[in-house]
Amino acid sequence: MSSAFPVKLSLLSAGIFLGLFFLVPLLLIFGVSLASRGMYGGLAWIATSENYQRLLDPLVGTIFLRSFLFAGLTTMVCAAVGFPLAYCMARASRQWQLLLLILVMIPFWTNFLVRTYAWVLIFRADGILNTLLMRLGLLEEPLSMLFTDVSVFVGLVYGYLPFMVLPLVVAIERISPQLEEAAFDLYASMGAMFRHVLLPLSKPGFIAGGVLVFIPSLGAFITPYLLGGGQKMMLGTLIQQEFLVSRDWPFGSALSFGLMGTVLLLWFLLGRTSYGRDSS
Amino acid sequence: MNNMKMVLRCLVLLPLAVIGGCSESSTSSDSNTSSRPTLYYFTWSDYVDPEVVAKFEAARGVRVVVDSFSSNEELLAKVQTGMTGYDVVVPSDFMAGIMGRLGLLAELELERIPNVRDLESHLQELPFDPTNRFSIPYFWGTVGIGYNADVVTEPPTSWEALWDPQFSGRISMLNDEREVFGLALRALGYSLNSVDPQAIQQAKHKLIVQKPLVKAYTSDQFDQLLVAGEVVLAHAWGGPVARAMRERPSIRYVIPQEGGTIWTDCLAVLASSPNQALAMDFINYLLDEEVALLTSKRLLFASANRHVRDRLPANIRDNHAVYPPGDILPRMEWMEDVQDAIRYYDRAWTELKVQ
Repeated sequence: MSSAFPVKLSLLSAGIFLGLFFLVPLLLIFGVSLASRGMYGGLAWIATSENYQRLLDPLVGTIFLRSFLFAGLTTMVCAAVGFPLAYCMARASRQWQLLLLILVMIPFWTNFLVRTYAWVLIFRADGILNTLLMRLGLLEEPLSMLFTDVSVFVGLVYGYLPFMVLPLVVAIERISPQLEEAAFDLYASMGAMFRHVLLPLSKPGFIAGGVLVFIPSLGAFITPYLLGGGQKMMLGTLIQQEFLVSRDWPFGSALSFGLMGTVLLLWFLLGRTSYGRDSS
Repeated sequence: MNNMKMVLRCLVLLPLAVIGGCSESSTSSDSNTSSRPTLYYFTWSDYVDPEVVAKFEAARGVRVVVDSFSSNEELLAKVQTGMTGYDVVVPSDFMAGIMGRLGLLAELELERIPNVRDLESHLQELPFDPTNRFSIPYFWGTVGIGYNADVVTEPPTSWEALWDPQFSGRISMLNDEREVFGLALRALGYSLNSVDPQAIQQAKHKLIVQKPLVKAYTSDQFDQLLVAGEVVLAHAWGGPVARAMRERPSIRYVIPQEGGTIWTDCLAVLASSPNQALAMDFINYLLDEEVALLTSKRLLFASANRHVRDRLPANIRDNHAVYPPGDILPRMEWMEDVQDAIRYYDRAWTELKVQ
């Protein structure tokens, strides 16, 4: 009883904070997305649904599809690469765990822009990777690696991998090692143990990590911009262009809402399917 | 091996540089500066010579705070959304016209800016502001082709050089829809300010043909790509090419015979500035012959002050990336605001980028 008041108070302050800095700006963007484009980037307050109709343009559809494909692939690779690392971290001794955690976190001390730009130096014709491969005699001439789909993809995986690893570590730590032993005692192979024990039990980690990786890579702007050479337009690039180049804020806002709506829809569908399976 | 070391060193030093850069930009000089009047100068990211600013601060007993933007649209967006507090801004030609029409710029009192009389003749009575009511040209330059003469042995004479399959994958274009379409329109014989949807469509098809040859669309990396040898032909602004030449002497700059964009960035005072007199004094100072000479030497941009040219060292004066050859000037075109036709450009640009 005595703790009820502080709980309410902290809920209220969190509510006010979210309302002021999340809900109000969101409503503002929604309002803008219904307005018309002013001649010089300003807004003309003439209500229209035209901006949302433009989302149905096949051109926009192609860009949505490409971004979803990249984000999906990034999430899958992050999961595949992140799981073994997360497993090692979760099962390591305390000191090792701390050390590994620090190693995963250290890159975050550096600005994301700088970390992405470092990949430009790695991928360049006279960059680290080409120099190394040529020195080893594996390449005669520098391979063109910068400004390709591959360089964008590597940049995305690199940038968001920790977001996958950390939730997975938490999830795997909760799985008792005795369950693994039990599986082996029952003559499960390594693969079977992984499929029937580790994978289902670490699902919450995969879901949390998947969301944390998928959503930011869907709207990623810096990575396609720096490592993609402006070749292939992605959603983040398109939204940036509408705001800062085309001076079409209403359409940019509608795009942001379209993106958010699609993600929410996906989330809802995913939630339903996983709940359905759990309850059955 | 050296190269590798350099790259490694960069990797190690980059974070430090960022931290250093941050603390530096929060500027400036001595403590207890609060009583001194402060001038807020909002300009392009590579446009400030710290020495020039420091001299002004010392001479007038004021503080100058410098902040930077990287595109005209960013400048407009910031000023429009009311995040002002800036006094002096540096819009490019067409943007100075737009901002003037929108009432964002203060009318200049030219008697406070006597150095306006020294403007280059081709920078007087420009269409976007013929009487210098709102803006005065500061630096000017051109858009052309930067190329690596070690590889591109035949100097390009036409924009068509950027369609040469021989250099596939080693060509970069500016990441700027108006400049890229302007180039294609010029190559097709149209004005770069065309508002004809069919001309824009033709330009788009031409650019789609070119796209497989293009390594990158970039406005801020092409100079480094040229230096690194990653690209050998770059659709480029002159200034960065001139600076790239210092690192790789085989880099050259040429303006194709079809002509292209000529631009000028203008000094202007925001209508909302509380320090109008000081702001105009600062503009006059920046346009002063000695100050402009020093700035031009450092930044390798051509000054709008006509006396500067003759006093520059020959290697800068004769560098076409800084000062274009005189006979090409009549073929250069100012970029104008295309009003509603920008929709055609936006659409065509997105279609090009989706390919």
